[in-house]
Amino acid sequence: MTVRRVLRLLPVAPSIVLLTVFLLAPVVWSFHASFTNAALSGKGAREPQWVGMDNYVRMAGDDSFPLAAWLTVVFVMASAVLGQSGLGLLIALLMTRSSKAVSSWVGTAVVAAWVLPEIVAAFAAYAYFNRDGTLNQILGGMGIPGADWLYSFPMVAIILANTWRGTAFSMLVYRAALADVPRDVSEAALMDGARGWQRLAFITLPLIRSSIATNLMLITLQTLAVFTLIWVMTAGGPANASTTLPVLAYQEAFKFGDIGYGTAVASVLIVLGMVFGAVYVQLLRDKRA
Amino acid sequence: MSRTEVPSRTASTTPGTGSRRRAKLGANAALVLVGVCFVVPLLWLVLAAVDPQASYQAKVPETPSLDNFRAVLTPELLFRPLANSFLLSAGTAAVNLLAAVLAAYPLSRYQSRFNKPFLYTVLFGTSLPVTAIMVPVYGLFVQLQLLDSMAATIFFMATTTLPMAIWMTKNFMDSVPLELEEAAWIDGASNLVALRTIVLPLMRQGLGVVLIFVFIQAWGNFFVPFILLLSTGKQPASVSIFSFFGQHGAVAYGQLAAFSILYSVPVLVLYALVSRGMGNSFALSGAMKG
Repeated sequence: MTVRRVLRLLPVAPSIVLLTVFLLAPVVWSFHASFTNAALSGKGAREPQWVGMDNYVRMAGDDSFPLAAWLTVVFVMASAVLGQSGLGLLIALLMTRSSKAVSSWVGTAVVAAWVLPEIVAAFAAYAYFNRDGTLNQILGGMGIPGADWLYSFPMVAIILANTWRGTAFSMLVYRAALADVPRDVSEAALMDGARGWQRLAFITLPLIRSSIATNLMLITLQTLAVFTLIWVMTAGGPANASTTLPVLAYQEAFKFGDIGYGTAVASVLIVLGMVFGAVYVQLLRDKRA
Repeated sequence: MSRTEVPSRTASTTPGTGSRRRAKLGANAALVLVGVCFVVPLLWLVLAAVDPQASYQAKVPETPSLDNFRAVLTPELLFRPLANSFLLSAGTAAVNLLAAVLAAYPLSRYQSRFNKPFLYTVLFGTSLPVTAIMVPVYGLFVQLQLLDSMAATIFFMATTTLPMAIWMTKNFMDSVPLELEEAAWIDGASNLVALRTIVLPLMRQGLGVVLIFVFIQAWGNFFVPFILLLSTGKQPASVSIFSFFGQHGAVAYGQLAAFSILYSVPVLVLYALVSRGMGNSFALSGAMKG
């Protein structure tokens, strides 16, 4: 009986092998390497030495790591929580009272930025925020002096670009959630004389709160990992002004060849992902139970 | 639904028809503004592609032509990278689908104490930031001498989307009723035969969604092949477009835009296929519902 039971689960084996080799092993290896002075070339590449907490001590003392951690928090809060989720919710709410033609046209426009390959979206955003780009043309047309956005305000540029790129996902999630809100509930509130914003705050939003929570977790995880958009638009620059943690990990490991320090930065990011991931799993479990 | 709606409708229309219409007008105006903001950054892409003298400015070309497209339509610039993209994406999708279907079958069909912990561990796996594990993956690939290997890159990319694929496939498989299979078992069919002849055909729409979902992700992936594939002959379009931009960036804006459009078309078509056939919410619910 037990043998049969194990045999039944045999088809799961290929997935387990793949997940172990390509996901679990790199995570374990990352934590391990972060305690060594492994390098891309030279002595550290041939025989890396155990250096204990050195990389983490350096991290705390370095200027670049605390800055990158802070920029990552700003990037996630501004572009994911405020930008994507806030704007996505606003669009979804507006769509419940707009005409069908408008909402389908706007839906397509918002989704377009999301469906494009990320490198193409990044090029488009680069061109848009460029000194000679479309944004400055528009501002110029309205008599407002433009700026060299990518150089003077790199964080603003990548935050707006990531909002533009990712809002579609939140919009789709919230549209689906709002479609499940029974109409007579809000209609009843209307008859009781509940004003629009009260209805929103006390009826609609509480009804879709579990969708909001899972969506926030998902987009936070996605935004934590954004690399391509930033790399194409500013490459983390000027200096370190838009270097978030993924960009820092990449630079340390591949530009400066310091795999040990790079994996230490990556490990911090992995732990962050794990924390948010645990909350996300818990949320889904509660929803099911 | 309609019965509860009729009285409340009439109740709310009597005092507020005007304010309703105004609200609708306001919502339409606000949405159009948002839509315009989302479209404007894409204008440059379209205009520059047909402008032989393109810059970063978005302007209607004086002499629109297809020269940019003609210039990038060469085996070296476009066709080989696109073929590599296709190989990577199709390989990733195939590995994903096979592994996900095999894993989903026992998870969906047999109750076991193993199921829940496994599924939640897999779900937890979806939350790993892939860009963070690229540094260790690079180290791992160096040690195993897998760097610049197309096959290894396919398996790695497949693994990054596998958790999502397993969840979606299992949810789709759950919606195929067990009774149909039991009938087949009574007729003497084995599990594998029942899976192939009954379950999979019934969930082919769902499988299509998973396949396209994985394909689109792999097609657009830049960072993974950028790190793991070194020789230009193996690089997909996402990476070759980046080096193309780096080398000719100062001059060839129009060609960059033309290349971008040609590279994006397959994904746009696939997405339209999924969303037209089944609706976004359907594809999403497969991925989102616990």
